[in-house]
Amino acid sequence: MSLASALSTGDLDRLPSRRDEDWRWTDLRGLIRVAPPPSPAVAAVAANPALAALRETVIVYANGRVIEGDGIVASEGMLLRRFVSATEGTCHALEAPVEVAPGGRLLLIDSFEGQAGGYVADARFPVVVAEGGRLERVVLLDDAADAVSVGLTEVELLPGASFHQTVIASGAKRQRFETRVRHHGGGASVRLDGAYVLAGQRHSDQTSLVDHLERDGVTSQLTKGVVQDQARGVFQGRIVVAEGADGADARMGHHALILSDRAEVDAKPELEIWADDVACAHGNTVGALDEDALFYARSRGIPEAEARALLVGAFLGEAADRIEHIQARELAREWIAALLRGAA
Amino acid sequence: MLSIRDLHAAIDGKEILKGLDLEVPAGEVHAIMGPNGAGKSTLSYVLTGREGYDVTQGSATLDGEDLLSLEPNARAARGLFLSFQYPLEIPGVPALTFIRTALNAQRKARGEGEISAPAFLKLARESAARLKMDFEMLRRPLNVGFSGGEKKRMEILQMAMLSPRFLILDETDSGLDIDALRIVSDGVNALRSPARGMLVITHYQRLLDYVKPDRVHVLAGGRIVDSGGPELAHELERAGYDKYAREAA
Repeated sequence: MSLASALSTGDLDRLPSRRDEDWRWTDLRGLIRVAPPPSPAVAAVAANPALAALRETVIVYANGRVIEGDGIVASEGMLLRRFVSATEGTCHALEAPVEVAPGGRLLLIDSFEGQAGGYVADARFPVVVAEGGRLERVVLLDDAADAVSVGLTEVELLPGASFHQTVIASGAKRQRFETRVRHHGGGASVRLDGAYVLAGQRHSDQTSLVDHLERDGVTSQLTKGVVQDQARGVFQGRIVVAEGADGADARMGHHALILSDRAEVDAKPELEIWADDVACAHGNTVGALDEDALFYARSRGIPEAEARALLVGAFLGEAADRIEHIQARELAREWIAALLRGAA
Repeated sequence: MLSIRDLHAAIDGKEILKGLDLEVPAGEVHAIMGPNGAGKSTLSYVLTGREGYDVTQGSATLDGEDLLSLEPNARAARGLFLSFQYPLEIPGVPALTFIRTALNAQRKARGEGEISAPAFLKLARESAARLKMDFEMLRRPLNVGFSGGEKKRMEILQMAMLSPRFLILDETDSGLDIDALRIVSDGVNALRSPARGMLVITHYQRLLDYVKPDRVHVLAGGRIVDSGGPELAHELERAGYDKYAREAA
């Protein structure tokens, strides 16, 4: 059951539906009644002004095909990958692997850009981070409002390695970004963060599964979301600590603000622990903006709209603040600020 | 300066203030004392415009200008400042950012330009030093993880930096030990001036030993039931509020 297999075979019965527990808040089968035609090859795509400041190696995918760069990811330095959906009402799928060599250190910025509407896109990211390797990844999901966009990242994390990721989403008609990590411990560390800013009728789903397979793994997760209008945010986080994977330290937090009566947030945080000696915690809150804090700010002279923006920005900022790389952190902050300006 | 006439206010339809009259001229410090539930905090929230406090009758003006029809931020821009009994924590917003945002918003509302970054930092450093606060605290998220005393000090710091014309201190002494009380009181006294008025709301007389009032009023049952000089505070400390209980009922 996956979007990719449904697209490649044309068999829409293969689409995940609300009957699949893991997809119950992100139904695709009820949504996609007719398979759209395959996306054509395109030679060039528009530049993205938001990324203009980055002077990194670039790989550009257009409609699922590499049109710039060779698609091969080095284990060192910084890399910007753009995944552009360029043709209205068509569908495509891609696979873009990443391997970080032992001791390698890579910053990866993955930008999803909907330059047309109504597309259906599927992306797979097999990732291996070898022993002692470090991968920090910032994912910007800027899909079209009427698009369907699904991404799945599967990470093999070897002992002593780290995989730190921040996903910032503005939603789509249906948008899902899923990350699965096989965590081999040995001091390896996972940071899986997210932020979503959803307006209109947009939907965004951030789902994750971290399997602690061996001893002494660390996982830290913080997702923050803001929804308004009739938007819908979905967070599903699952951390499993296998038998024998003692010494695991796993923390998960998801916190969302609902700014309108018709917006919705669905959250399912889960910890499944089969080992004895572990430190695990999770927290989940969904609520309105703190009216007391709002009045406090207004009583000091800050107009209501500005006070709201200040408080909401600070709320989301906590997720972006955890990005280690300074330039990537600034990029994430600016992107969040732009989303908030657009949503206001 | 501050002029309140026949003020009636209700929360959820329950009348809390029942015809309150009060005049605080410029240059004077007036204390409002009263038993719990008399309406002291309600008065401070009505004056600053908190939602949920409905004014059903009467008026409140600052230098002749109606306050009650203004948004809370507009009242602040005209020089009204409330030091909260329980200051809020604002995660993710450094104190300096919060104060600069407030100061510039007030200046904008008054048609003034933004304060320059060096001038703002100088003001912040000087104000913090006067209140014996570690400047690094101002880089941390506002009030997050601060003790009760630190939060009160941060209120006085904001007050000093925003330089309001009329100050309302709501139970500013609660949660302060004697050293902090002295520092906070010194900070408040430094703001006394012929152009400024102050309303000090307190349950106990303790604060008034440090911030000496020109007039003391007793608030009970939603009205001012007695007024006098500073000696009234001492009398209340000795005799309690019992004698006003009948009037309040």
